[in-house]
Amino acid sequence: MAFENEQLAKEYWKANLRLMLTLLVIWFVASFGLGILLAEPLNVIRLGGVKLGFWFAQQGSIYIFVALIFVYVWQMNKLDQKFGVREE
Amino acid sequence: MDIQTLTFLIVGASFALYIGIAIWARAGSTKEFYVAGGGVHPVANGMATAADWMSAASFISMAGLISFMGYDGGVYLMGWTGGYVLLALCLAPYLRKFGKFTVPDFVGDRYYSQAARTVAVFCAIFVSFTYVAGQMRGVGVVFSRFLEVDIEWGVVIGMAIVFFYAVLGGMKGITYTQVAQYCVLIFAYLVPAVFISIMMTGTVFPQIGLGSELVSEPGVYLMDKLDGLSTELGFAAYTDGSKATIDVFFITAALMVGTAGLPHVIVRFFTVPKVRDARISAGWALVFIAILYTTAPAIAAFARVNMIDTINGTDMQGTQYEEAPSWVKNWEETGLIKWEDKNNDGRMFYAADERNEMKIDRDIMVLANPEIANLPNWVIALVAAGGVAAALSTAAGLLLVISTAISHDLLKRNFAPNISDKQELLAARLAAAAAICVAGYFGINPPGFVAQVVAFAFGLAASSFFPAIILGIFSKTMNKEGAIAGMLSGITFTAAYIIYFKFINPAGNVPENWWFGISPEGIGTLGMIVNFVVSIAVSKVTAPVPEDVQDMVESIRFPKGAGEAHDH
Repeated sequence: MAFENEQLAKEYWKANLRLMLTLLVIWFVASFGLGILLAEPLNVIRLGGVKLGFWFAQQGSIYIFVALIFVYVWQMNKLDQKFGVREE
Repeated sequence: MDIQTLTFLIVGASFALYIGIAIWARAGSTKEFYVAGGGVHPVANGMATAADWMSAASFISMAGLISFMGYDGGVYLMGWTGGYVLLALCLAPYLRKFGKFTVPDFVGDRYYSQAARTVAVFCAIFVSFTYVAGQMRGVGVVFSRFLEVDIEWGVVIGMAIVFFYAVLGGMKGITYTQVAQYCVLIFAYLVPAVFISIMMTGTVFPQIGLGSELVSEPGVYLMDKLDGLSTELGFAAYTDGSKATIDVFFITAALMVGTAGLPHVIVRFFTVPKVRDARISAGWALVFIAILYTTAPAIAAFARVNMIDTINGTDMQGTQYEEAPSWVKNWEETGLIKWEDKNNDGRMFYAADERNEMKIDRDIMVLANPEIANLPNWVIALVAAGGVAAALSTAAGLLLVISTAISHDLLKRNFAPNISDKQELLAARLAAAAAICVAGYFGINPPGFVAQVVAFAFGLAASSFFPAIILGIFSKTMNKEGAIAGMLSGITFTAAYIIYFKFINPAGNVPENWWFGISPEGIGTLGMIVNFVVSIAVSKVTAPVPEDVQDMVESIRFPKGAGEAHDH
């Protein structure tokens, strides 16, 4: 057991799941929400010369995906440190 | 220098580089052969993953697809990148902690069952072969157009190169050649895109050029021009889709989940030293992929405007065939462009309605783009080298999965558990060599169903591996009965739907006949749901998971103590 007690192991896993689910909600909203389900109403708004719904489907969602992974890595590394399960 | 000499020089130089790397990175043990010794730097692994992932289809076909599909092309852009979020958050770190060599390793150990392992092995082999045949074909097409050798010889040359570094270096050789191949392919993709972006919109970044005004018509945005051209010629507006929303939703989901379930992608995360390296490595992989994937929609839009302007003329009266630029005739020779002068006016015209006189294959959009935009010859040669790099890197990654599945999962774990490391390495090399020959055969004699089975590969990965792995990590109560029943029902459901619409009743493959309006490309999503439901239901009524397996699940959930990818 790498954790000091069972309680800590549970807390670590809960924090991990909470972070994962939050980020997955953003993932879903950015692609399936803004890029697909809401694409038509969003197309009324324009970003430069591109309609916003179209932009999310072909550009924006991808940038958000990249950002999500880096946020995940940063937060998980913090979490590992806090619970003393970081690999050396 | 003429195009052909330049192409020989540039493609030749890239081959010399790959072979040099292969000799430097020979594999000495099965661990080096399967997972590059588990010592690859996360950024290098990210690059290798990107090259592994971006195939001939991404490099050659994707921008063309988007060019012809407009908004609907977003399914590929979101589908083939969004899967990396799932990989990074839900799979890669845990599988790295598990720390063995292959996906069937995980399925077999987690579900304490040879049957589950065997199902996984066959899925892995089938998915990989489907893919690899398409890659070899891609190499053949590039060779035949740019080097004017027969497609057959193109395939044979490609086989010889892959043979050299995959058989010699295994995962170690493949990883470092893929890093080089990524550099070649991204450079080759960006150079023409940047050139064209500057010419058409005055912006260096194609991603920004997509939303900019045209240099030739100040005050008019590129996208508005494209929407106008499309509707004028009888197409749907470029920024509107013609697919139903539910279908776009399901196809995107199937591609995302399928991406996260593809064995040749997952196995890349076994090659880094630590769990946190696996996490960050997925981030780097997506950065490197996103560079190409955000450029593709810009290329698609530029190419479409350019193409319509060239063929129909800026006055929309059609261009005289005699005055057609050389690329039209070059590509006519390959059969990828056809012109039929229906109204006998000697002019070409491209439209969606009865005015149309052109047949244009979407695959030429990237390859012909530099010619359409009148870029210098060295750029055209560079694109050829990039296309070959994209095809070779993916082919090598897939061949490794096949050879590993045979030498490790079938031979070592099933039939001959007592063979030594040296013997297993020899078996892996022989299996890789045999796989290359089979792939080459399919490249030269492509079965008619290659295009159809690509949907199959994603649907299969989505409906089989993905739920089994997710449940294996996030549920301690998922038992072998549940997982096997889930995988079998998911695969059977998905395969039956695809086979029915693609092979048994292709004429009936129209939205009216689809369940809930979901096309065969998107059915993997429903198959995945079937898998989840069946797995959970069956696990509730069968024997609980053994204590030691539950402990294993517990131990993969935190990073400490991962160590190196270990042998058994």
